[in-house]
Amino acid sequence: MLDESFYQKADEIIANHTKEERSLIPIIQDIQAEYRYLPPELLTYVAKEIGITDARAYSVASFYENFSFEPKGKYILKVCDGTACHVRKSTPIMERLRSDLGLEEGRQTTDDMLFTLETVSCLGACGLAPVMMVNDEVHSTMTPDKATELINKIRGEENE
Amino acid sequence: MGFMTIDGKQVEFTDEPNVLSVIRKADIDIPTLCYHSELSVYGACRLCTVENEKGKTFASCSEKPKDGMVVYTNTPRLMKYRKMILELLLAAHDRDCTTCIKSGECHLQELAHRMGVTTVPYKNRMTHHEIDASSPSIIRNPNKCILCGDCVRMCDNVQAVNAIDFTSRGTSATVAPAFNKLLNTTDCVGCGQCRVVCPTGAISINTNMDPVWEALADPDTKVIAQIAPAVRVAVGDAFDLPQGENVMGKIVNVLHRMGFDEVFDTAYGADLTVIEESEEFLQRLASGENLPLFTSCCPGWVSYCEHRHPELAKHLSTTRSPMQMFGAVAREYYKDPANNEGKKILSVAIMPCTAKKGEILRDESKTDGIADIDYVLTTSELITMIKRSGLMFEDVELESSDMPFGIGSGAGVIFGASGGVTEAVMRRLADKHSRSEMETIRNSGVRGGEGIKEIVITYQDKEYKAAVVSGLANAEKLIQQIESGECNYDFIEVMACRRGCIMGGGQPVDAHSAGGEARAKGLYAADVNTQIKKSNENPLVQSLYDGLLKGKEHKLLHRNFNKPSQ
Repeated sequence: MLDESFYQKADEIIANHTKEERSLIPIIQDIQAEYRYLPPELLTYVAKEIGITDARAYSVASFYENFSFEPKGKYILKVCDGTACHVRKSTPIMERLRSDLGLEEGRQTTDDMLFTLETVSCLGACGLAPVMMVNDEVHSTMTPDKATELINKIRGEENE
Repeated sequence: MGFMTIDGKQVEFTDEPNVLSVIRKADIDIPTLCYHSELSVYGACRLCTVENEKGKTFASCSEKPKDGMVVYTNTPRLMKYRKMILELLLAAHDRDCTTCIKSGECHLQELAHRMGVTTVPYKNRMTHHEIDASSPSIIRNPNKCILCGDCVRMCDNVQAVNAIDFTSRGTSATVAPAFNKLLNTTDCVGCGQCRVVCPTGAISINTNMDPVWEALADPDTKVIAQIAPAVRVAVGDAFDLPQGENVMGKIVNVLHRMGFDEVFDTAYGADLTVIEESEEFLQRLASGENLPLFTSCCPGWVSYCEHRHPELAKHLSTTRSPMQMFGAVAREYYKDPANNEGKKILSVAIMPCTAKKGEILRDESKTDGIADIDYVLTTSELITMIKRSGLMFEDVELESSDMPFGIGSGAGVIFGASGGVTEAVMRRLADKHSRSEMETIRNSGVRGGEGIKEIVITYQDKEYKAAVVSGLANAEKLIQQIESGECNYDFIEVMACRRGCIMGGGQPVDAHSAGGEARAKGLYAADVNTQIKKSNENPLVQSLYDGLLKGKEHKLLHRNFNKPSQ
């Protein structure tokens, strides 16, 4: 069960939009921006509020890679694995990050909820390949070592 | 209006919505897996792809016919494409055909055979999904799903339930309820229309044949069956008998030979429903409370009403459905040792409906804690059982159903078609029962396949407005209109399946393309052949009220919807 405050927040967000089917994506984007993930209970709640079935809402939300039903870490690391980044060796970066963060296959978020590791298909910065993002910040011409450095820096800041 | 050239032959078209319909009209059975005329066009399977004179290919389901169009349906290129489409579908499919419930009736299997798929050149990359058997009505096996979307559109377009939808995308796409929940935790009403359109074994009936076979073989169990009106005009489909032919006599015979001790007619239960429901309608008219009265014979509709419009639940008739009427009365009758002969009673209902399987499990379907009906078998299961028994259905003699519940009035029989309940109530309320009176009722607009019908019920020179609805999306439309104050009625009959029970989710599916007209005709013909037109004139019903039912009318014939199910 979600805390009552989640529903209040959802009501606030819904109030910024019209209660109709086409508002679904903007509303759940706002919810995800708030909580860094889309709590399943809130998707069902939004569906009811805007008058669509939960099956339809889930169909839309599960279609987009961008929506996550699992809580995400404070720092979302997006490693680009588009063609340009891939040929310029994004895979070793990914592997290094996995081992640094202790994430085995199938797990994306660290137990301390600090990091979530994802791949994306293209960030549109192919000239700077290989590229990764930490939340909204782009890091270019990455190497495995630079990635480790980045993680350590964030961890250091967090421990202060 | 215009002419098209299809495979070199001139074909006229009028108001066909797409090229595909024109091609089919020209006697070419162009393959499809995702096209159903009553659903929105989806264009996913691409099997109906055709070629024009310039070699351009397009899906004929989603192209409007144009005058002068030239279309080829069977070029070597198209045949190659079709074969490849099927090979690709099979490459991600659970291909255990021999043990599949749909084997022999599977559209995918048939097309693969027809298009010459003898091997699948691709590695099978099917990922295993759990089978969902949580619903008493249907079983969902995603391993057999080809993502044609027929069920999704049926559930949404026609039934307005939308319990299932596409989830995820690309290679991980499936059809499932939200969050992959179990079906019995969703708003699924169990109508089974998804199963009717499913071309494969991905959605099938949750069958109950095995325990019935066991009981039939047990000498200490008396197995009784009731047969719903819509069943008798559909079984023949499976045995190459004319569509819509009433084969009640044959069904009674084969059931006796299979070991059923007594075979009765649900039309008898329908007569009880008519009498009680008419009475209830008059009471509500007198008190002015809870109008309009909604019929409640259809468990799909009842469940829809409870989930989506709980505010209307008090409008539902408290009268039991014909099946439950019958079940309760039969239980009471067989309490008497003179009737049960010291044996255990197993009460089986043979129904055109998958939702009935859920209805018997509800609390109000029990009397003194005991379920009135033990098992519901759908028409499709009955057909399977007849085939398994080896009885040659086409050739068996006719037999009449057993006493004391073997006679139903004509009013009880027409329950199977949309409008039947209303017509039966109109007959009950008519002062006279002259031929002309019956004729006036028949021509009141209550019959026919339209989704929403408006009629006037006359009682003691006063006129009351009634509506007859079939298909839950139509019901939803009507409810919206009522709630917005656009229209109002005193009596509303709702059947979850379009055209009523004759097109129920448990019926054999071949005739569905014919729109069920033949089945409706079959039922109305059965009515013509019955001398007793009005439910209250059924002599067996009258003696029941004077005997067995005395003092127990409410307990046995009514139920309470105040408590929502689950």
